[in-house]
Amino acid sequence: MKNLAAILCTGLGAILLAVGHYAGLFVAPPEAMMGDVGRILYVHVPTAWLALLTYFFAFIAACGALASGRDSWDATTEACVEVGVLLTAMLLFQGSMWAKPTWGTYWTWDPRLTTTAIMGIAFTGVLVLRKLIHDHDRRRVVSSVATILAFVDVPIVYMSVKWWKSLHQTQSSPETVSDPMVWVLRTAAFGMLFLSIGFILFRRRIALDRMQKEHGAAALPQKKAPISLETT
Amino acid sequence: MSWPAQALRILRKDLHIEWRSRARVVALFAFAGLMILLFSFAIGPDTKTLQKHAGGYVWLALLMASTLLLNQSFRTETESGALEGLRLLPVDPRALFYGKALANLVVLVSLAALVLPLSAWFMDIGVAEAWWQLALVILLGCAGIAGPGTLYSALAARSGAQQLMLPVLLFPLLVPALLAAVKALGFVLLGDPMDQIGGWLALLACFDAVFWALGGVLFGYLVEQ
Repeated sequence: MKNLAAILCTGLGAILLAVGHYAGLFVAPPEAMMGDVGRILYVHVPTAWLALLTYFFAFIAACGALASGRDSWDATTEACVEVGVLLTAMLLFQGSMWAKPTWGTYWTWDPRLTTTAIMGIAFTGVLVLRKLIHDHDRRRVVSSVATILAFVDVPIVYMSVKWWKSLHQTQSSPETVSDPMVWVLRTAAFGMLFLSIGFILFRRRIALDRMQKEHGAAALPQKKAPISLETT
Repeated sequence: MSWPAQALRILRKDLHIEWRSRARVVALFAFAGLMILLFSFAIGPDTKTLQKHAGGYVWLALLMASTLLLNQSFRTETESGALEGLRLLPVDPRALFYGKALANLVVLVSLAALVLPLSAWFMDIGVAEAWWQLALVILLGCAGIAGPGTLYSALAARSGAQQLMLPVLLFPLLVPALLAAVKALGFVLLGDPMDQIGGWLALLACFDAVFWALGGVLFGYLVEQ
C-alpha cells in the first residue's frame, strides 16, 4: 500500500491525541492559577511546538528542493507549508479562546501573538504564490526561496518573548509544568507530532501525483497551429 | 571585472533608467507626499496626535511608495527580455542583486528626503536628537525595505499577479524592520531621554545584514530560471 506510513502515523497520532486530551480534561489536576482554563495547555502547547517544527521541516525541504531540483523535495515543502498554515490558524484560534477568560480580551498586541499571525500570513503567501505560477520548475525555485525567507521569521517568533518584554507566558516545556501534568503534555505532543507527520505524508503524495500529471501534460504533443490554405 | 565592480555598473544602469523616466519618479514622489496628506486627513487636524505618530506615517508612506518602485524595478527587466540579455553577459547574479538593491536604496532615500520635510511642514515636527541619527535611521530603514524588496520583486515577477503578490509577501517579512524604524524615527523626532534608540538601530542593522546577505545567496536561483 502506497500510503501505509501515512495511515499508521495518522492512526497512532489520533489515538495518542485522544488519550492525551481525555487525560488533559479529566485526569490531570486543574492548573494552580488558571483552574480549568489552564487545561488548554495540552492542546495549545503541542500545536505551537508542531507549528514551529513543521515550518522547520518546510525550511529543510525548501533548501533540498533548491539544491537538488527534485520534485520530491518540492512536494514535501508544499505539504509542510500547508500543514504549518493549518496549525498556525489553530494556534491563533486556541490562543484567542484562552486569552478571553485569562487576559480579558481575544487579542492583545503581544509580540509572540503578533508574530505568529504574521508568520501565518507569510506562509499563506507562499501557498498563494504556488497556485499562481504554472511552470513547475519556476514554481519550485520561487516557492523554495519564499519559504526560506519566511522561515527567517520563525526564530523571531520564538525569541520575541526574550527580545521584547511581553505578558505572554514563558514557553511551557515538561520542565516548567508539574509532574502529574508532564505525561499528559508529552502524550498530547507526540499525538500531535504523529498526526502532523501523517497529514504531511498524505499531502505530499497528493502533490507528487499532481506533479507527475503536470510532467505528463508537458510531454504531450502540443496542438499545432492550423495550416493556412492561402498561398501567395 | 570583479562582481562589486559589476554591481556598480548595474547600479549606474538602473539609476540611468530612473533618470531617463523622470516622470515616473516624480509620480512616485507625488504618491508618497499624497500618502502623508491622506494620513493627516484620516487622523484629523489635531497636530499633537499627528506629531506623536509622525514616525509611523512617514515609514508607512515610504513603504506604500516602495511597492510601486519595486514593481517597476523588475518590470523594466522582464518586459522586453532585458533580463535574458543581462544573463547572456558574464554577470555574477550577486552583482545583479546588489546593483539593483542599491539603485532601489538610492531612490528610496531620496524619496525619504522629500517625505520628511513635507511631514515636518504638515505635522509641525522637528529633529529633537542628533542629525546623524536621523540619517542613520533613514539609511538603515530604507535598506531594510530595498534589500528584501528587490529579492521579492524578482520572486513575484512573472507570477501572474505580481502587483498583488509583492506586498502580500513582502509586508509580513518587513514587520521587524518597520517596527524598529518607526520606533527609532520616533525617538529622533520626539526625543530619547532614556537612550533607547541604540537597541532599535541594532535590530534594524541585524535585519538588514541578514536579508542583504540572503539576497546575495538566493538571487542567483531566481534569475537563472
